[in-house]
Amino acid sequence: MKLRYLKNVSTLELDKEKCIGCEMCTLVCPHRILVMNEGKAFITDKDLCMECGACAKNCPASAISVQVGVGCAIAVLNGLFRKTAPNCDSGSLLKGGKGCC
Amino acid sequence: MKNAYDYLKLLEPAPAWITGYTETPIARIPVISTELDSFDRTGSIKVRLGIGRDNYTVPPGLYAVGKPDNTSPVLVTANYKLTFDSLRSELEGVNAWIAVLDTKGINVWCAAGKGTFGTAELAGRINALRLRRLVSHNVLILPQLGAPGIAAHEVFRLCGFKVVYGPVRAADIKDFLFNDMKATEEMRRVYFGLHERASLVPIELIHNIKPMLVIFGILLLLNLIAGKYTGFVSTLGMTALNYIPYLAAFIIGCAIVPLLLPRIPFRSFALKGLLLGLLPGLFVLLFPGAFGYAEDGWPVKLAVLMITSVIASFLSLNFTGSTTYTSLSGVRKEMKYALKPYIAAGLLGLVFLAADSISRFLN
Repeated sequence: MKLRYLKNVSTLELDKEKCIGCEMCTLVCPHRILVMNEGKAFITDKDLCMECGACAKNCPASAISVQVGVGCAIAVLNGLFRKTAPNCDSGSLLKGGKGCC
Repeated sequence: MKNAYDYLKLLEPAPAWITGYTETPIARIPVISTELDSFDRTGSIKVRLGIGRDNYTVPPGLYAVGKPDNTSPVLVTANYKLTFDSLRSELEGVNAWIAVLDTKGINVWCAAGKGTFGTAELAGRINALRLRRLVSHNVLILPQLGAPGIAAHEVFRLCGFKVVYGPVRAADIKDFLFNDMKATEEMRRVYFGLHERASLVPIELIHNIKPMLVIFGILLLLNLIAGKYTGFVSTLGMTALNYIPYLAAFIIGCAIVPLLLPRIPFRSFALKGLLLGLLPGLFVLLFPGAFGYAEDGWPVKLAVLMITSVIASFLSLNFTGSTTYTSLSGVRKEMKYALKPYIAAGLLGLVFLAADSISRFLN
């Protein structure tokens, strides 16, 4: 029973031209959607991407981009109302304010 | 980071999970136990219930497991004690150094997403701990789920250590280490099975209790204003009866949907919640007397259906923040479609209930 989320929403982009074939992205993806194909990285099932950002963060050639961010409903609402990126800060998390996690 | 070894002062007197010390050229490093005691186990249960979760940490710094020397591997982890315990309990028979980063008491994956299990903290701490003087190799083994926060190529530039990503689960670390630091596909894959989903339910319930109490308060107030029942006690009792469908919606959103997740139709969490969330309201329409709505007209019953559906759907949508596979883009899309219906149905429901209450008051 494979759990799948919404289709065609992932912001994952891979620029084959920039890819140097280091394979880091294929190593770190928690859902194993990046594989090597003829020396370059390749996205197998984009709808399985959860936008965690591990691949983009570990690409030394900046060939991968994805929009990351806190993905829970309340964080998204917070961002909508305060016109910021989704966040779970209530007041300021870093200043010891109580966030969710 | 002023003195990265100041943490040693915080470990006096030594907690039960420190079994001794090992002398090294840089400092006297605490040796940690690979066994969890009852204190550790009850601590794990408490944090899963939301108790003491903000402060369940170990001091960031360097620790030893077994009898490590300058050739032993360095394993990096977070300073959330649940994480620390999950790691050390899988290291029986292993000789290694454990570098604990300051993730403000948050687990590896969440901290990586937030940036606290990050390149700067890792490189900074490795440098401040003077790890280069302790080990003759230059490899740091990181949990794979730290990857969203760590740019492996930058770490090397910043502290001269090469990042190797180990398996997702601590249980696979021994196999990883004894197989020449090779992980299988399955070791690198994340799942979201029933056991894992179930462990998230208590926190979902506990985190959402306050708004549910507020709703009860509002219902009580409306019943008091309406003067439907004689005396406070019977009003309280009847409100409790009225509240049952709301409680059901709460349980559906926080427990039933998470537990039955793969078996519920739709990929959208809001829809999964809505599908099951219509049931309490449906029961009110079919058996109003059972919930104290025998004397209420269709607006009140419709209001209950609308409000409970919103509760179940919203709570289900909020569960996306705790899954291992939903994406921010997906949640954004869900919210885009769901927000207005939530507000409309919620407000309309409230208006119907308030209007009924006020009209009874005026009669």
